[in-house]
Amino acid sequence: MLTRLLSNDLPRSRTLAMLLLVLLLGLAFAPFLFPGVKALNVAAKVLIFIVLVASFDLLLGYTGIVSFAHTMFFGIGAYGIAIATTRMGPTWEALAVGLGCALVLSFLLALVIGLFSLRVRAIFFAMITLAVASAFLTLASQLSEFTGGEDGLTFKLPEILSPSFEFMDEKFLGVMLDGRLVTYYLLFVLAVALLLTLLRIVNSPFGRVLQAIRENEFRAEAIGYRVVVYRTISSILSALFACVAGAMLALWLRYNGPDTSLSFEIMMDVLLIVVIGGMGTMYGAVVGATLFMVAQSYLQDLLRLGSEATAALPWLSALLSPQRWLLWLGVLFVLSVYYFPTGVVGRLRLRSARKISLGLPS
Amino acid sequence: MNNPDFDWMPVALVPLLALLVLPLIGSGSTWLTLTVAGLAMGLIIFVIASGLTLVFGLMDVLNFGHGLFIALGAFVATTVLGSMSDWTMSDQLWRNMVAVFPAMLVAMAVAGAVGLAFERFIVKPVYGQHLKQILITMGGMIIGEELIKVIWGPQQIPLPLPEAMRGSILIGDAAIEKYRIIAVVVGLVVFGALVWTLNKTKIGLLIRAGVQDREMVESLGYRIRRLFIGVFVMGSALAGLGGVMWGLYQQTVTPQMGAQVNVLIFIVIIIGGLGSTAGALIGALLVGLMANYTGYLAPKVALFSNIALMAAILLWRPQGVYPVTNR
Repeated sequence: MLTRLLSNDLPRSRTLAMLLLVLLLGLAFAPFLFPGVKALNVAAKVLIFIVLVASFDLLLGYTGIVSFAHTMFFGIGAYGIAIATTRMGPTWEALAVGLGCALVLSFLLALVIGLFSLRVRAIFFAMITLAVASAFLTLASQLSEFTGGEDGLTFKLPEILSPSFEFMDEKFLGVMLDGRLVTYYLLFVLAVALLLTLLRIVNSPFGRVLQAIRENEFRAEAIGYRVVVYRTISSILSALFACVAGAMLALWLRYNGPDTSLSFEIMMDVLLIVVIGGMGTMYGAVVGATLFMVAQSYLQDLLRLGSEATAALPWLSALLSPQRWLLWLGVLFVLSVYYFPTGVVGRLRLRSARKISLGLPS
Repeated sequence: MNNPDFDWMPVALVPLLALLVLPLIGSGSTWLTLTVAGLAMGLIIFVIASGLTLVFGLMDVLNFGHGLFIALGAFVATTVLGSMSDWTMSDQLWRNMVAVFPAMLVAMAVAGAVGLAFERFIVKPVYGQHLKQILITMGGMIIGEELIKVIWGPQQIPLPLPEAMRGSILIGDAAIEKYRIIAVVVGLVVFGALVWTLNKTKIGLLIRAGVQDREMVESLGYRIRRLFIGVFVMGSALAGLGGVMWGLYQQTVTPQMGAQVNVLIFIVIIIGGLGSTAGALIGALLVGLMANYTGYLAPKVALFSNIALMAAILLWRPQGVYPVTNR
């Protein structure tokens, strides 16, 4: 049963399995385990980023192509919900229409970009996605009647999802049972379902072909697989999942603007999480997203402390100022690509594989 | 290039584009202004893109951090020009030149030196691994951009043109900004120097041969690694020079400018065919002209005009206008 659910792609390391189980339980009971607004926000962001990063892993880790337009699809999903609910009011139909339109738009855009750039060589894809994404970002902040420009859009959700909705007067286990909780569990169910679907995809015959292309494009073509078609389908699938992740973000924040969903920093975060978690593992998305989100929420505080402590040395203090945290992320990123290319999950699996080959319990 | 097989079709694209939009714009003088502006912008972009395309052609290294050197060059120029304000404020052209010229040299030297370090620490460990190259150079770009913010601050810095380079000259009814003429001249000089180096010197011969077939050059006993470092440093220095020119063209510099121009030069080298210098020139001129024409005719579309241009070229020649063989 469990094997089927995980599409026969088990963690293959006892430590990893324990870690995943702890994360699953932690996220499932997060509202009760970690009370407080900030903690719940972090947990919800973890859920959203698990989907976003896992969908990017399908592209980077499994197909071996780099896209810089992933946040564009993330943004399309978020804007789909935001624009539809602003125009049609806070109804379920609006959510459905918004998500539907966003999915269609993502599909078409991914198809066109894929056909154009993957036809020749995979490197084009990285450059062309970068160009399209930056044009899209400018477009989103310029079309202010539609997207609210730089200010973004704040909108209301159907009543059952809004924070003011309470379906029980007294608290349950010390937690208010309100619409916020319903939204959190909606995100939780969505994230688990989407992650399992992605696992299913990468472990299907289709997923095997993608990995074959990643390892040796020429051979895959020679065996008779149309590399372009497979790559394009992979980029479309990953775009659609990113789009749903964007919709999840919009549901949680009840706000969307260019900086929250389209910005280049998010793209950088996604790249870093994939590398830290482990490319081509899917579970890496779960581990990486959790590690990163927790670190991000508390790293800036740490930097502020460091900056204040070194106030005597102005240049060091400037390096450690909380606004420069992207610098440290960049350094971390470069170092992890060099010394840690298989990520946390890859390391853990390697360790248990070694133990097995030595005859020890994994 | 006295080659009878030389493919003239892409070269014809540039005047063709310019002539095609003439009826759309209507007025001849506006057209002339826009065309000169487009050519100036195109030549600046070419100065930046030429290094990138050669680096790719020689070592198959795709450097996403190229934009860093542009921003670096521009920021160095603000410091140098700022310290020579009595020379830049002078209304005599030669005194302005004396100020701008060292600014360009210092910017090139700094960008070249940083390029050397960048090659050593960022690019060298990942030869032959495209995926990692893209990730690592992107990371290097972000680190560099943040360091620029640490040194010069995150805000926009104005980079005013020296006194005598401001204003414009009237040719008939067409107003042509003086700086654009200077940019065209500098761009042409760099282009000429590049063409001369690539076609008339032994190093140029080796570079061209290396782009065509790296292994063959290596088997003849030349150290392609050293050649490559030279090209990388030169390419970074040219990007620094381009950054100075771009900064003076925009008259402001921001730490993010590298990333913005990066997008443009990627489009240029894709249009030109990765590794081709002549292609990069044509791509740059087309992009420069297109940006100025659409900026005038339909500002809202201007964002996507370059992407549309690239799409059209790729439909015509999927490898870019001058595909480099053996790739």
